[in-house]
Amino acid sequence: MELLLAVVIGSLYATGLYMLLRRSVVKLIIGLGLLSNGSNLLIFTMGRLVRGRPPIVPEGESSVPPPFADPLPQALILTAIVISFGVLAFALVLIHRAYQKVGTDDLDDLKTTDT
Amino acid sequence: MRRGRIEHSSDVHERGAPVPSSEWERASMILGVAVRALLPLLLLFSIFLLLRGHHAPGGGFVGGLVAAAAVALYALAYGATAAQQLLRLSPRGLIAAGLMTALASGLVGPLMGAPFLTGRWVKVGHLELGTPLLFDVGVYLVVIGVTLWIILTLAEE
Amino acid sequence: MQLIFPIAIPLATAILGLFAWRWRTVQRGLGVAGAVALLIAALELLKSVWQQGPQATWIGNWPAPFGITLIADLLSAIMVVLAAVIGLAVALYALAHIDPAREAFGYYPLLHILLMGVCGAFLTGDLFNLYVWFEVMLMASFVLLALGGERAQLEGAIKYVTLNLMASAFFLTAVGLLYGVVGTLNMADVALKIRPLASSGITRSIAFLLLTAFGIKAAIFPLFFWLPASYHTPPVAVSAVFAGLLTKVGVYALLRVFTLIFPDDGRTIPTVILALSAFTMLTGVLGAVAQGEFRRILSFHIISQIGYMILGLGLFTTAGLAGSIFYIIHHIIVKTNLFLVSGLAHAVHGSFDLSRLGGLYRTHPGLAVLFLIPALSLAGLPPLSGFFAKLLLVRAGLHAEQWGIVAVALGVSLLTLLSMMKIWAEVFWKPKEDDPPAEDSLALPVFPVAECTGMMSRLGFWSSAGLAILTVMIGLGADLVLAFAEAAAEQLRNPDLYISTMQRGRP
Repeated sequence: MELLLAVVIGSLYATGLYMLLRRSVVKLIIGLGLLSNGSNLLIFTMGRLVRGRPPIVPEGESSVPPPFADPLPQALILTAIVISFGVLAFALVLIHRAYQKVGTDDLDDLKTTDT
Repeated sequence: MRRGRIEHSSDVHERGAPVPSSEWERASMILGVAVRALLPLLLLFSIFLLLRGHHAPGGGFVGGLVAAAAVALYALAYGATAAQQLLRLSPRGLIAAGLMTALASGLVGPLMGAPFLTGRWVKVGHLELGTPLLFDVGVYLVVIGVTLWIILTLAEE
Repeated sequence: MQLIFPIAIPLATAILGLFAWRWRTVQRGLGVAGAVALLIAALELLKSVWQQGPQATWIGNWPAPFGITLIADLLSAIMVVLAAVIGLAVALYALAHIDPAREAFGYYPLLHILLMGVCGAFLTGDLFNLYVWFEVMLMASFVLLALGGERAQLEGAIKYVTLNLMASAFFLTAVGLLYGVVGTLNMADVALKIRPLASSGITRSIAFLLLTAFGIKAAIFPLFFWLPASYHTPPVAVSAVFAGLLTKVGVYALLRVFTLIFPDDGRTIPTVILALSAFTMLTGVLGAVAQGEFRRILSFHIISQIGYMILGLGLFTTAGLAGSIFYIIHHIIVKTNLFLVSGLAHAVHGSFDLSRLGGLYRTHPGLAVLFLIPALSLAGLPPLSGFFAKLLLVRAGLHAEQWGIVAVALGVSLLTLLSMMKIWAEVFWKPKEDDPPAEDSLALPVFPVAECTGMMSRLGFWSSAGLAILTVMIGLGADLVLAFAEAAAEQLRNPDLYISTMQRGRP
């Protein structure tokens, strides 16, 4: 399972970076989305994969017997997902506005502020 | 294209003019009737999710998203303006109210000599009401506000 | 308890601003009142950190490695004070110089959310929480940058957003790997647990991932391209805050992480940082020489100054770190002020283009003095703050026998002076041409000046003057500031105090 996830993470990063390097602004945003999902999945995998052992202290004991699923990475991912939801929504509005203003989604035509 | 038709359909609804018989408009008629039944159910479900969140899967974020989805569905059927009127409060007001609630729930701790965001509970009959619930209500409102702000802004264009 | 104020006050201000969305006067009043309250809270925090050592609070009363810890050592406290000073100066400046349209679209609440993100990033003791504050700050800055929606702004914003989100993804990756290695994200706890693994390959990889992530945010050498593409596009009331605070959060994160979590490491990382610092200084200043627009020149100078700020980190001595901290204090004030002056010059002649400006020395001598003080300070002339900042760094470099970097620092300082004199000659000294060249090469928008009169319109001038007075005072009272910087550097070099402060919250 870890191996499978590692492959998935790798492909998410690779496709994300590939998309970031495309000239279309829309693909740029897709790339950012893939990249952030890749890192979320990485955090999830780094928290060790444990099946069916929720971190709940059983009746009459003072701590959870190991192995149990680490809840922290999931909390972190949840936070990161919420943040990237907001940020990507903003980015979409931004490129929509830019498209209305400039009339192109080719990054090569968006170079007037570069030096 | 599609957006224009949505606005058109809202006009139709408000002025009571005859419904044009394009395929999409007929679909919107069904949607319109369905939404009227779905909206209260979805809102109730969102509150259920919000309250359930303390001990089980659920919580302010999902609850807020469901509520926002309900209103967004209404906006799809009747147009963004009608959704605004349904809300009464502007999305911005919702965000402000939510943030205020969350901040207030955090400040309960310091007022009682504990660190920021420390949980404090009161017992009302069988219910244990605490600051985490208050915080979740804040999250619920902020999520509805932010999501609707984005959706309605895009829909109004 | 005090630690929560620098975060809660801007948040409360922003909330009240949201409620008072339609009342512009209330928003303006709130914007300034919130900044004043933040400054008072920040100064109180600095006072108690100075007198009683590092302060900490454990959010939600969760014990240390499990919950989020807010912790303020001297560096954090100094940075929070600086953020508050800049917030106040810019809020005052905005009263006179931000256009009503942006005001109506929530400039003041956004400014305060930005300040909240910045203060949170300075105060947090948890790596993931640092990521969250980064995002809060970025979100506010995205909206501020795009507010108004002119073409140049949107183009700049796309680059700014993309590269900063990439940096966030790198940061998140590093956080994930770090969690996998040490199983904790509390910075002090990570510092303890990573010591036995200090020279392993995975630790190095994480260190360089973090260097890349923070490097993008701080705009160091090969990663700075988003900055000159975007910082000159929004109105001055926005870019002045960005110039003063945003990249410095990246520098702060570098200082924190590479002194606390990855200290020394067989000198690999400091050496890399030192080399990056030299290239950052050089490319920044050379980029500035080629520019002919007021804010673009200043933007490139931010990059070159970032080089100085990480120089001390590269030397990795107490004297070097003290120099870096002194430099940050000096730079934040001076750079914000230069941007404000560029806005004031724009208010007079309606352009940022050097060739279309001129004659300000004759018509506005006060403004000329206001420019000269931060400009000469930036170049490092005594007795202004920049002189002592550079002196400290050069002395630390000589002491560490890094002759190359000292030569670069001194050379870049000369080029900075050249660049500042170019602005002086073009904007203030040369007579204003009656018929300026037909058009700007780039249709940069001209922002209308707010329609207020009398006292209000002078506010921009006085807030800039206030920062100039601070610059002079830092220069004249360099001993006192140096005492703060040295004590802060001492705390960075010996993180045990930081770690033990965190551990007071152990269960």
